This record gives sequence, structure tokens and C-alpha cells, in this order.
Amino acid sequence: MSFRRLKTVAKKELLHILRDVRSLSLALALPLVMLLLFGYALTLDVDRIPTYIYDQDRTPQSRELIDQFRGSTYFQILGVVHDYKPVDRAIDKSAILLSLTIPRDYARHLLAGQEAGVQLVIDGSDSNTASIALGYAQAVVQSYAAQLRSDAQIRKGGQALRVPVDPRIRVWYNSDLKSKNFIVPGLIAVTMMIIASMLSSLTIAREWENGTMEQLLSTPVRPRELVLGKLLAYFALGVTDMLICVIVGVFIFQIPFRGSVWFLFFTSCLFLFGALSWGIFISATARTQLLAFQMGMLSSFLPGYLLSGFIYSIQNMPKVIQVVSAIVPARYFVTILNGIFLKGVGIRILWGEVTMLFAYAAIVFFFASRKMRQKVA
Amino acid sequence: MPDNAVQTRDLVKRFGDFLAVDHVTLDVRRGEIFGFLGPNGAGKSTTIRMLCGLLLPTSGSATVGGLDVMTQSETIKHHIGYMSQKFSLYDDLTVEENIDFFSGIYGVPQARRAERKAYVLKMAGIEERRSSLTALLSGGWKQRLALGCAILHEPPVLFLDEPTSGVDPIARRTFWDLIYQLSAAGHTIFVSTHYMDEAEYCHRLALMYRGKIIALGSPGELKRSLEGHALLRLQSSDLLGSMQALEKLPGVSDVAVFGGGLHVTVPDAASAIPGIRAALEDARIAVTILEPIDPTMEDVFVAMIEREEKKAA
Repeated sequence: MSFRRLKTVAKKELLHILRDVRSLSLALALPLVMLLLFGYALTLDVDRIPTYIYDQDRTPQSRELIDQFRGSTYFQILGVVHDYKPVDRAIDKSAILLSLTIPRDYARHLLAGQEAGVQLVIDGSDSNTASIALGYAQAVVQSYAAQLRSDAQIRKGGQALRVPVDPRIRVWYNSDLKSKNFIVPGLIAVTMMIIASMLSSLTIAREWENGTMEQLLSTPVRPRELVLGKLLAYFALGVTDMLICVIVGVFIFQIPFRGSVWFLFFTSCLFLFGALSWGIFISATARTQLLAFQMGMLSSFLPGYLLSGFIYSIQNMPKVIQVVSAIVPARYFVTILNGIFLKGVGIRILWGEVTMLFAYAAIVFFFASRKMRQKVA
Repeated sequence: MPDNAVQTRDLVKRFGDFLAVDHVTLDVRRGEIFGFLGPNGAGKSTTIRMLCGLLLPTSGSATVGGLDVMTQSETIKHHIGYMSQKFSLYDDLTVEENIDFFSGIYGVPQARRAERKAYVLKMAGIEERRSSLTALLSGGWKQRLALGCAILHEPPVLFLDEPTSGVDPIARRTFWDLIYQLSAAGHTIFVSTHYMDEAEYCHRLALMYRGKIIALGSPGELKRSLEGHALLRLQSSDLLGSMQALEKLPGVSDVAVFGGGLHVTVPDAASAIPGIRAALEDARIAVTILEPIDPTMEDVFVAMIEREEKKAA
């Protein structure tokens, strides 16, 4: 390994990057666009659930229950109806997600201390959102009933009804339970995976297409120097992109940053090294820019989104898929970023993920260099 | 050190069923301009690529500067310059940046870099355009810059694979002047071409056809080697009539239109001339010129290939 040749290759590659203004601006704008787009569009929070109310009871109690719904930010009452037909139509048109029907004898049953049911009709076509909405609605109904019952108890001169178990729930790390807090760090990992393999996937293929690869192979430059030299140049671009991502995450999305900046820098470099090597491996295999670009997109985008655990929990996947996801480096980086941003943990907890990133980078770099050593055909 | 800059023995390259290079044996002496002649697809580039360490030979052996291409190809790369027909430069880099890049990867010592760069800029006649993007250069300039980049490290052996394809005749002329300069400075030059006129500039030639070397020698030797192949130039009052009359004549192996006259191929000039004169007189055609001429490289090449094809048939 000659340091001089390495430096020469890196310098030349940096010139390519700086000369190609269009690609350069794309490389710098892409993380911004992706983060903003996905960060705002991809929210798993359910709030302002469009709701109809059908009050058959028309008592102070039923009105109070309705007020509970009105007062909650999770629901948005779009209308009060007087039979089921508008409910049917609104659900069919997806105008509402939920309807609450309070039966005629709701207040009577409630005051008599009996079961007082209400009916919730919910659009279950998006089961995830439906079950979350259902949970919220049940909570509102039950807490109102419980409050009413204990008020009645007090009025009767007795003691407030003791609930035998009183869970005090405390959520750690993402105490607002805001989905963006875990989506954005994951999104950074996935974005970096895509950008890194896209950036480097063209570099060797371009040399093959232009015939410069043949020239290079006739010179004393070694495959390892060529791969590493190119990596160094794209590394500069990758680190810049990473910085943009972190700034957008912390300042625009207001994601808490609890961990160490240095640990973030170190793991990002490790991850970038692996992802860029992967791009170079693809580039050396494909030998044409078009094919390399498509392979780069496909192999980073799909696994990045589906198998990194950034939206879809890996633990809920079939065993086979879980095993496959083990070779997706974004998976480890998602865990690391969530750890750094939300939990403030470091190498002592995340050493397993760091080891996997290291192994990935080393293996892919080895294969990329080996692929380069192959002769022209 | 052996005297030969390049030496191959039964060099073979096979791509699947296709025999691209078929037992090629040749020697290139130190300091000579060795021409590698042949039609497209004859296996010239494949041979050069094997010698430059870009391809591994299937069998046989070869040395470049006394180093074995099978086992010492990495060392060979320090001692050769290679230029392909694509003039493989980086279009988005300037002339100087290209020179600096190749200077760096060839490991030109720091102290010599400025001097080598100046030499290449001057040699290519490109000093005033040193800061232009390479993409903006004309074909001739690119070609000279590519040559310059390939000799930055002063390689003893230079491989040029069809270096003049796609440039205009004047640029070709200038380029050959450069090749002579390099040869005079002690470089061995191994150059492939399919331009027959360029073959005349070489010290020695190998004719390659379908993967085989079918002739080897200096241009003069090759021309003389065409035994049983004499060429006559004929000008007459009736070109077409002469052609018809001579084609039927026994002892005439070929008649071809060449400029305003005919080239007649016969086994022996002296004995054929009286017969030809008589035949044309019979056809009432007046002969203005009928004389033996030296065959051009093209004639030699065509004759050699025809002979090769007869052998195969």
C-alpha cells in the first residue's frame, strides 16, 4: 500500500466530485429532502380521529361523556347524528374513523351502578390505526364511568372507591411517545445507507465505461489503493451528509440528543465505510453505470426500509426474515442511533452493534478490493 | 538482462471456445519500433493486454523487460507505458490534473515531477492549454496527452494499442514524429495499427491474422518474402478491356484496379511481361506503361492473408 498513490487517487476522486456540480448538489440536497419528506409524512401517531356522535340517551351524563371526547386532542367531533345512516355513509367515504353511539338507558344504568355500555363503530381497514383509536376511546369511556361511580359513592356518604391496583405508568426515553422521535434517527440511518451506496456505486462503473479502468490496471496502482482512495473522497461527502441529517433531526424535528457526539461520529464513520464499500463492490461488479445505480438503489432502499427495524419491528417478523435482516447494516445503525439520540447510551451497551458494523465494513471492503483485482475481460 | 524488450513463446489466450491468440511467438528488440499489424479482431489488443498484465494468458510464456508476465505482472507495471485507442484520460479533469494524477500513480519522484510535466506539456504541444478541461481538447491533442501521460515515468517499454485510430492525418503524422523521438531516446515501442501506411514507419513488423502471426520481419524483408508474387503496373488505352483480357491469361494470379491503372500480380515479372504484351496486342489495346513495381505493405498484407486462407481451405 503506497500512501502517495492513495493520496493521488483520493485527490483525483475529490476533483471528480467537485466538478460534477449537479451530482454534488443532489448528494447534498437528497438527505434534506428525504428527511423532511419522510419525517413529516411518516407519522405513526394517531390523533384528531374524525368522529361522529349518535346520542340516543340525551341526558346530562351522556352529554358529559361527549364533552370528554370533545376535550381530548385525540378526537375531533365532526358531527352529531340522529340515526345510523350518516355513520354508514361517512365510514364508507372514509370521512370518519369512529362513531360513538350512546344507548337510550346509558345514564340510568350508570347511576344504578350497572353495566353501562356504549357502542363504538370503527373503520378497521387500517387495523393499526383502528386499534389505537379504539384504545383511546375505551380509555375515555372507562375513565368517565369510573369517575362517575366514585362520585356517586362519595355522595352516598361512603369512601371513595379504592381501585386495588393503581398503575403509575412512566415511559422511559421517549416520554411523549412521539413516533417522530424514533422515526427520525432510524430515517437518518436509512437515508445514509441509500446515499452512501448511491454515491459510490457509479465511481468504478464510470471508469469501466470510459476505458480509464483499463488504463489504471496497466499502472502500478493496487486495487486496494484504488478502493480506499475512492472511499476517502466519498467519505468526505458522506460525513457532510451525516452532519446535515443530524442538524435537521435536532433542530427541525427537535429530536432529543442525549448521547455522545464523538460516539455518533465514530459509529457514523464505521457505518459509512461499510455502505460506501458496498457501493464500490456493486460498481466493480456491474461495470455499467445504469446497472450499478439500479443495483445500488435496490440493495440499499428495500432492506434499509423493510429490514432495518426502523418502522417495522424485526421481532415481529418470521424467523427467516429475522435471520436475513442480520446482514443489513442499517439495522445495527438504527439501533445505535436510537440509543444515542433517545437513550444516551454508548459503547458499553452498543458494543454488539458496533462489532457487527465493523465486521460488515471489513468484509465488504475485502470483497470490493478482490472484485477490483479481476482482470479485464 | 536479455536483449529482447519483449519476448513471447507460444502465447495463447482462449475465451471459451474462441482462440483469440494462437501460439504467438515473437521477439521485440530493445529500442526498436515494433509494429503489430492486422485487421480488427485479429487478436492484437488481446496480445498487448496480456503483455501489460491486464489479462492472464491461457498458456505459453512471455517476458517484458526480462520480467515474467505470469508471475511478475505487478513489477512489470512500473516499467511499461500503455495507451489504448480510447485515449483514457479523465475528461472532467484539466490537462495538468491528468498529468499530476498519472504522475502520482506511476510514482514519479517528487523532484522529477515538475520537469516531467513540463516535458510532456511541451512534447504534446499543449502548454498553453494546460488549464483547459480535457473534454474540450481535439482528438489529436487528447491523443498526444494520453501518450504523454503514459511516458511520465520514462518506461523502457511502451505499448500503444491503435493509438492513431480516429484522429486526422496531420495529427497522425505528428504522432509518428513523436514515436520516432521516443525511439531515438531509447524507448522500445510496441505499436498496433491497422493503417498500412503506418506499417512502413516501423523497424520490424508482425502480421497477425485470426490469432496467428503469419509473417514477421522488417518492411523490406516482408516485401521481398513475397516469392512468386511480383507486381506490375499497367496503364493502357482500355482499362476494362485489359482487365478482361488479363484475367483469363494463364500465369496471372490477380488483376486489380489501382488509381488510373491496373495492378497485375504474377509469379515472376520478367517472364510474364511478354505474355501480357502479346495478350493485349491481340485484344487491340495500346499499352502505355507496363513495369514491375515494389509492392506496398497493403499488397504484402493482402497476399499473405490470401496465402493463409488457401492453406486453410
